[in-house]
Amino acid sequence: MTGDASSRPSWWRRVAIYLYQRPNLSLVLLLALPLLWLAVFYLGALVSLLIQSFFKLDGFTGRIVRQFGLETYQQLFTAANMDVVYRTVIMAAVVSVACAVLAFPLAYFMARYASYRVRGILYLAVLIPLWSSYLVRVYTWKIILAQEGIITWFFNVLGLKPVLDAILAIPLIGGSSLSFSFIGMFLVFVYIWLPYMILPINAALERVPKSLIEASSDLGGRPNYTFWRVILPLTVPGIIAGSIFTFSLTLGDYIIPSVIGNSSFFIGRAVFAQQGTAGNIPLAAAFTVVPMVIMGVYLVVAKRLGAFDAL
Amino acid sequence: MAAHSGRSIAVKMTDVCRHFGDVKAVDHLDLEIYDGEFFSLLGPSGSGKTTCLRLIAGFEHATSGSIELHGVEMVKWAPRRIGFVTVGQRLVSVPPYERDVNTVFQDYALFPHMSVGDNVAYGLMIQKVPKAERQRRVSEVLDLVRLPGYESRKPAQLSGGQRQRVALARALVNRPRVLLLDEPLGALDLKLRQQMQIELKAIQQQVGITFVFVTHDQEEALTMSDRLAVFNRGRIEQIGVPAEIYERPTTGFVAGFVGTTNLISGALAQRINGSDQAVSIRPEKIHMVALDAAVEPGWKAVMGSVRDVIYLGMHTRYLVELEGGGDLTVVQQNLETSSIDVHASRGNRVKLTWDTTSIRVLQGQTV
Amino acid sequence: MRSSPALSVSPVMEGQRASLGLKASAGFALLFLHFPILIIILYAFTTEESSFQFPPPGLTTRWVSELFNRTDFWNAFGLSVLVALVATAVALVLGTLLSLALYRSSFFGKESITLLVILPIALPGIVTGIALRSGMSLTGLSFSFWTIVIGHATFCIVTVYNNVIARLRRTGYSQIEASMDLGATSFETFRYIILPNIATALLAGGMLAFALSFDEVIVTTFTAGQQETLPIWIFSQLTRPRDRPVTNVAALFVMATTFIPILLAYRFTNDSQGR
Repeated sequence: MTGDASSRPSWWRRVAIYLYQRPNLSLVLLLALPLLWLAVFYLGALVSLLIQSFFKLDGFTGRIVRQFGLETYQQLFTAANMDVVYRTVIMAAVVSVACAVLAFPLAYFMARYASYRVRGILYLAVLIPLWSSYLVRVYTWKIILAQEGIITWFFNVLGLKPVLDAILAIPLIGGSSLSFSFIGMFLVFVYIWLPYMILPINAALERVPKSLIEASSDLGGRPNYTFWRVILPLTVPGIIAGSIFTFSLTLGDYIIPSVIGNSSFFIGRAVFAQQGTAGNIPLAAAFTVVPMVIMGVYLVVAKRLGAFDAL
Repeated sequence: MAAHSGRSIAVKMTDVCRHFGDVKAVDHLDLEIYDGEFFSLLGPSGSGKTTCLRLIAGFEHATSGSIELHGVEMVKWAPRRIGFVTVGQRLVSVPPYERDVNTVFQDYALFPHMSVGDNVAYGLMIQKVPKAERQRRVSEVLDLVRLPGYESRKPAQLSGGQRQRVALARALVNRPRVLLLDEPLGALDLKLRQQMQIELKAIQQQVGITFVFVTHDQEEALTMSDRLAVFNRGRIEQIGVPAEIYERPTTGFVAGFVGTTNLISGALAQRINGSDQAVSIRPEKIHMVALDAAVEPGWKAVMGSVRDVIYLGMHTRYLVELEGGGDLTVVQQNLETSSIDVHASRGNRVKLTWDTTSIRVLQGQTV
Repeated sequence: MRSSPALSVSPVMEGQRASLGLKASAGFALLFLHFPILIIILYAFTTEESSFQFPPPGLTTRWVSELFNRTDFWNAFGLSVLVALVATAVALVLGTLLSLALYRSSFFGKESITLLVILPIALPGIVTGIALRSGMSLTGLSFSFWTIVIGHATFCIVTVYNNVIARLRRTGYSQIEASMDLGATSFETFRYIILPNIATALLAGGMLAFALSFDEVIVTTFTAGQQETLPIWIFSQLTRPRDRPVTNVAALFVMATTFIPILLAYRFTNDSQGR
């Protein structure tokens, strides 16, 4: 609509027309600022991370030698450091499995049985822990797992103190109290990442068409059969999508291993310690490359299995 | 069209293409729409009629060709530059907001966060029309679409038919020279649809604006339009006044899409028309008469037997198998017979006659 | 799970009840998710000063007033709020620009851009953290308020982007066409049509970005240097336990502060879904 044909359009109207006729330019203008930000501050940082991992720390002067070399990686692949990597990966795997087992019934209930209203409430109930303060939730477990805390009290009340002591006496995963054991750390990891598993499984379950389940039972599939052969396979992408989060988050976390557990190193803590007190940014960078590579492989496999559709 | 000579042209499309990769949504289109006309673009879905409308509105950009609105070119060449180096030319369109046309969208596209009054006043507000005049014109146009006093309602509170009227009012209030309507009645139920057809036509005559009306409903197009264009596969098959399209279809597609017809080709065409050129004859043009009835001069007669009878209330459709092969659909009005008699005629031997001038020869050999 | 009777009941029929086993395991997961929140409320009022004794020997509100007099807490709180506000503002602008650019266009490299936006939150936080840290070390940049903001804004962009692009996709494009058809330029269309449509999505995305930034500790420790945001303050209380009762109250306070924007964001997202 041209308003008044006699007057020339205002300058910004002419700018609008100019941009309208140059969609590529408009796209570039819209993208320029965010892409510049991400390229400089994120990609640039990632590249510098890679570069740093090829530098090394001069052990004598405590200064970073800006010279490309593989010494830092040699340092990384020592037995002690590889132990840290194995420990972290095993913990991440166990946590992911436990999250899946715990999340599935709730996600299944939400998707299949809950009324619309209840589903909304449950959804919120899962979202709130996901978004509310991570640090405070870790702290809460420090309180819960403490030797004088509620879990010990609970076992005492039930008269099961010997059971708790027996569990804590298990070598490797036990410790002086839950708060200083791998079991405790495992519990906290599961607790913190559980919502990340529930949501993708729930999304995958909600996408299983009702008609498919009906078809299966029409064809004489007994309920058990329908579940194991129809519903569960269709949920696998959701479980894998969830495990991307739980696995990746466990690999990179350093707060939980510093607050709970027997102070043995995990990747995250090693990175934190190397860049902080040790001032060894090159080794910290090299350490960080490990979870990036693991997650890269994991993502490629997950994509093959169709997990990205469930995100 | 002699009737239109001397009338000014509102929309002129010359050799317009709109290709999406390999898909030719609109392919070498030529079209002239006259000022003040009710013009329909008729065709099945995917035939290019909506793309044609969107090209006129400016939502789609022509791949090639020329589109003029009241003599002003809407498709222009601009230099294609890489950096500061000119490497060729590309087509650019005048933006929708610089065109003196308005659109009534298929889904109405009302702004949900605005009241009916603000929706209708939107174009005037953008043009910075003073508030008092804005209010006056909004209430005027709401009267016109028979929604007086609806200014403060929200679109969500309206029925489908009312939303449709708001969409119409929102476009009309700007007094565009051309109003584009994209299947505006598609979402309404049959009764409301028929009522709106009459109202729309009345409004068009009252305001005198050129209406370009997209529809896939041939009956709607025939009853409402001054002229119409039949679309098929991105091309226009035929342009004409409704009676012309119906009575003298030039292609098999038009004959088949507009109304029902007998499309005849090959040996049967040879027997009936003396040439294997494809022809069309409307079922109602064929008369079913007694075996001994005389054949008038200029009329053609063939013998056959009734294979199927479909009773449709006002009329009955017969499928007649011709002696010597082939069959024809015949429609007879139920003037005297009752349905019982109609079904009894199954298997009867009958004589079919028609005026040879009602045979339409179609372009192309096949149908 | 195999023995769980819940899973042996066909879920096909409408209105069917879940079995006890399924309800119990779903209920357990819910309890597991929420009982720590109750614990934090309880411990904020314990009279025990040096341990996490359960049950608390008594209840008191004196730690609340003690927290109010702690300037180190309030300084950290103030810094966190300021960082979160600035990071959210940056994320709002960048996220909105991105979603406007990407929601209807298709071009070579679009997938890579989407990946780039998600990456800061998909990769472990420590990667973003150490990457920024090594970037600063490489370029000789020193720690400042802005280094914290840069880290936070980078991973907050995606929450705004996700919310806005979802809303844009739900808003019919014909509304935008209608606006231009009625004479409005792209600028006017943004002002009068797009902005009102995405307003609540912006609010929701902004709230989540704020909560995310306010609570962030992993990236922050690498970019903050000696500055103390609230999470860093809490973290230092955790690793070097002193003033346990005050930390308990602070924890409850932080929980409540992040709770409100999340609830609001949830409402903004779901209110407009009905339209």
